[in-house]
Order: sequence, then structure tokens, then C-alpha cells
Amino acid sequence: MKQFMVFVRKEFYHVFRDRRTLLILFGLPVMQILLFGYALTTEIKNAEIIVVDHAGDAASQQLTTMIAASKYFDINASVTSDEDIYKAFKKGKVKCAVVFPIGFGNDLLHGQTAQVQIIADAADPNTAKTLTNYLTAIIGDYQQQINPTANIPMRISPVTRMLYNPELNGSMNFVPGVMALVLMIICTTLTSVSIVREKEMGTMEILLVSPFKPTYVVLAKAVPYLALSLIDLIIILLLSVFLLDMPIRGNIVLLFLESTLFIICCLSLGLLISSVTRTQQIAMMVSMMGMMLPTILFTGFIFPLENMPWPLRVISNLVPSRWFYVIIKAVMLRGLGIGVIWKETLVLAGMTTALLMISIKSFKTRLS
Amino acid sequence: MSEKAIVCKDLTKRFGDFVAVNHISFDVDQGEIFGFLGANGAGKTTAMRMLCGLSYPTSGEAAVAGYNVFKQQEEIKRNIGYMSQKFSLYETLTVKENIRFYGGVYGLSDKQLKEKGDELITKLGLEKEAKMMVGSLPLGWKQKLAFSVAIIHQPRIVFLDEPTGGVDPVTRRQFWDLIYDAAGSGITVFVTTHYMDEAEYCNRISVMVDGRIDALDTPANLKKQFDATSMNEVFYALARTAKRSAD
Repeated sequence: MKQFMVFVRKEFYHVFRDRRTLLILFGLPVMQILLFGYALTTEIKNAEIIVVDHAGDAASQQLTTMIAASKYFDINASVTSDEDIYKAFKKGKVKCAVVFPIGFGNDLLHGQTAQVQIIADAADPNTAKTLTNYLTAIIGDYQQQINPTANIPMRISPVTRMLYNPELNGSMNFVPGVMALVLMIICTTLTSVSIVREKEMGTMEILLVSPFKPTYVVLAKAVPYLALSLIDLIIILLLSVFLLDMPIRGNIVLLFLESTLFIICCLSLGLLISSVTRTQQIAMMVSMMGMMLPTILFTGFIFPLENMPWPLRVISNLVPSRWFYVIIKAVMLRGLGIGVIWKETLVLAGMTTALLMISIKSFKTRLS
Repeated sequence: MSEKAIVCKDLTKRFGDFVAVNHISFDVDQGEIFGFLGANGAGKTTAMRMLCGLSYPTSGEAAVAGYNVFKQQEEIKRNIGYMSQKFSLYETLTVKENIRFYGGVYGLSDKQLKEKGDELITKLGLEKEAKMMVGSLPLGWKQKLAFSVAIIHQPRIVFLDEPTGGVDPVTRRQFWDLIYDAAGSGITVFVTTHYMDEAEYCNRISVMVDGRIDALDTPANLKKQFDATSMNEVFYALARTAKRSAD
């Protein structure tokens, strides 16, 4: 046990004296959270919009005011000719246009179908789709307002309720994903690089000739990084709660336990990488590039897994962060307990056990 | 201790069809300085790894410090020290931290660590550098420190794998003073080297060629046997017979 502590202390010296490691350890999570939380959201705010009001009646003006009041749109200009719309689109600043035809208010009042045209710059299809959805929602609201009791034309007016994230706050979706991503990369990279470094430096040989058991070498490597990853987790959670207004609705102890399980899973993956690579660069490449891409692709926080063809869906099941993402969303956003996520937890635990066993075994066999 | 430090009989290691070490047999006495020579690829490192408990022999028998290399690798590890050709201390740890780490791994108590550490630092004249990162020391000092750390737990045998690679002659001489000190205190020294002047310092020498031990005797006897004036000539005479190309 004392030998073990000697080893762990040495490992901490390494971490705190290596600026590169420190940067990855503490710079990366902060940067990622801020980046994803603020810059990279699918939410669109203050999109520039043009209103072409051929009607010029009360109804069209009320609707225009509503659009202007929404935080999603800034009215760029009111033009009158269709020509001008295309000119504005070509300049690229305007994302969307709303055209009220002559007699808009009249049609509405007399119970006919009042038409309004929405034109969006679909060069960026996702933005276009999101914006038209916003506009449709605003128009729906307006109909409701002017005619709350009407049941003939608006009988099937859809009522959308955005569960768990009523403001469609983009960071809610991203933060759990980024947590998975950051922990995955930090744990695998740092463990694999730290072991391969010892191989490269030749100190690993000395350790193996010493009475210190190979299994303990592996564990002693993992313990400091487990501790540091938990600190990272706390930093990420603090940032998310206080900066990005993320709620933690579930049990915080459960959240930590599940995260610890995921961290151990990633550490084992790092150990495995270290036992099959020879240089620090390769270990770094494999764990950074090799892990980053599958994690981003198959976790589901950027690309919905439901939309993927089935072979990719099958592959996604092999990515540990995919399961952690489901767990973390359930606990943080929906406040659910272990009863709902036991299946995912079991999968993650199974993966961890398998990875740990394989990596310890390959670490040992490499010696003889 | 009258017991032999190392006893080897027909020790063999095969990798597939390749026989890296081919039926080598030799004994090393306690307190002896035993030179283990051979060209690159002759099988020195493989033989040494087997003796250190890092890899299992394919066949044959060997006992290190009285322990069987097949069954008692753990006991062997507790009784040997090892220094590799790669520099083997942690560059980002200070001299003191390195000593504490390696001593700690070998299970020395805090008190022993302190005593041994201070003694070692004084002996090497590193008082001023004790709190410096090892990476900032000159290579010769690092090597001397690495050797001292390798024997900090007073092992019965210390294995040195080309310990003086890249070090200047003066420092090499000082390094060998340390080796003599260690041998004087009863530690058996098993050393591989490419420097023939160092070979002359050994009590006995074995020369490996293509996985076999082709010569084994005192430097003086070997020179007589090969009718040579220096160990260099002995080594060339033997190495010329090699069929295996060095890797």
C-alpha cells in the first residue's frame, strides 16, 4: 500500500510539472464548455429578417410587431418590391423574409384562408428550417390571440410544448454531450500518454524489474487521473450551472457515481491504447483523434442517432459516451433515478469491466 | 554467502523459429563483476531479461540469487537491481524525489529512505543539486545517480545494461569506481558493455555470438587463449565468426 502511495505521489508530480498536461486537464474542459455552450448552439438568435408588407393593414402590422419583439428576429428593413428581397438575400445578411399579400387582414377577418409567404435562405438548410419553424410558431400564436374561441379554421391548431427545455435552450443539449466528450478525451489521452511516456523513457522497464506488480502499475496510473477527472467534472458542472444556467434536477450523488463509472471506463480505454502504442505521439493521436470523432458522431448530441442508418446505429452502441449521454441527460435534465437508467448503467459497467480486463491482460502479456 | 549469485544451465529462448539465446550455461559468484559481452543482436539483452524475470525462458534452467526463474520471479525481483541502457530516472522529478520514489517502490521505510538518500547524495557530492530536476543534470551525473538508485535497496545482484553509453572516459572511470564499491560491499555486478577497456575491469567475461556463449574466462586468460594483446582483439576474433546480422 505504501508502495502504491509512493507511485501515486510521483504521478501527481508529473501532472503538476507538465504544462501541456495541465492545459489539457483544465484548459480543455473550460474551453469546450464555453465554446459549445455559447458559440456552437443550434439556436439562432437575432436573425435578420425582411418584412414585405403589401397589405399594410392592422393585422399585418400586429404580426410584424410580434416578429420584431421576438428575440429570434431583428427586422432588417421593410422593402416593398419583390426585387429588393432577392437583392437583400444575395448580399447574404438577410436570412429570412415574410411577405404579406394585399388583403391579408381582410382575408383573416372574413374567415378565409389568409396567406403569408415565408422565404428563407436555404443555402444553410438547418438555419432555414429553424427560422421558418420559429416564424410559424409566432404566426400560430397570433392566430390564437386574435381568435381564441374560433374553432372552425383553427380546429387543428397544434400546441407545441417544448418539454424540459421550454426556451429551446441549446446549451442544455450540448452540455451533457460536451461532458461526455471532454471526460472521454481527457481520460483516454492522459492515461495512455502517461504510460507510453514511461515506455519511451525506459522507466517502464525499471518498474517492471522492480517488485511492484504490473497490475499495480496499471492501477497506480489510473488513480491520479481518476481523481483529476473528478475535479474536471466538478469544474464542468459549476460552469454549466452558474454560467450556462443548466439545471441539475436529479440526484447529485447518482450523477457523480455514474460519471465515475464513465471515467473509469475511459481510463481503461486509455490503458488499452497505451498497451498497443509505442510512442507518445501515436498514443496522443489515437486517443485524441481516434476517440474525438466517434464520440462526436455517435454520442447523439450533435447528430441524432435515430436518423442514422442501422449499421451506424449498431456501431454507435460500441461508443461508451453514447450510453453516458443518455444517463447524464436523464439525471441532469429530467431528474430521473437509477430505475430508468439501469440498463445504460449496466452496459457501461459491462464495457468498463471488459476494457479493464483486456488492458491489464495485454499489459501483462506484453512483458513475456 | 558462498551460494552462487547466478546459475544458468542450457538456458534457451526461442521466438518462433528464431533462437535468440541458445543453450547458454554459466555461473556467477557472489560479489563478482561479470562482464557480459556480445555484438548487437547476439542475444545479450534477451538473456538478461530472462535473468531479471522479465521474460520466461523456453527451456533450460536458471537460478538468480537462489530463486528459480520460472517459478520465483517475484522473489528474484526483490533481490536484484537493474539499470538499463536508456537513462532510467524521471527527468521531471528532483534528485531527492527520484531516490524516494525508487526506494519506496522497493519497500524501504521512511527512515531508511532518509538515511540512504542522504548517504547517497553525500557520496555522489550532489548536496547542492538534491532539489534540482534530474533532467538538468549532466549525463555522467545522471548515470552515476541511476546506478546508486539501482542499488539503494542493497540487492544481491545488480544488472547493468550498457550503463556507460555516451559517457566520457573520465566519468566512465568514476562510474567504475562506484561499481567496485558495490562489488566490495558484496553486490554481484552483471554488466553488458561495448567498451573493451571496461571489459578489462571485470573479474570474468563471457562473449556471446549468435545466441551462444563462445568464450568465458578472466580477461587475462582470454587474451592468452586468443593470443591477443587486448580485449579488443579477442572480441573481434569472436565477433567475426558471427553469421547473424545485427539488428
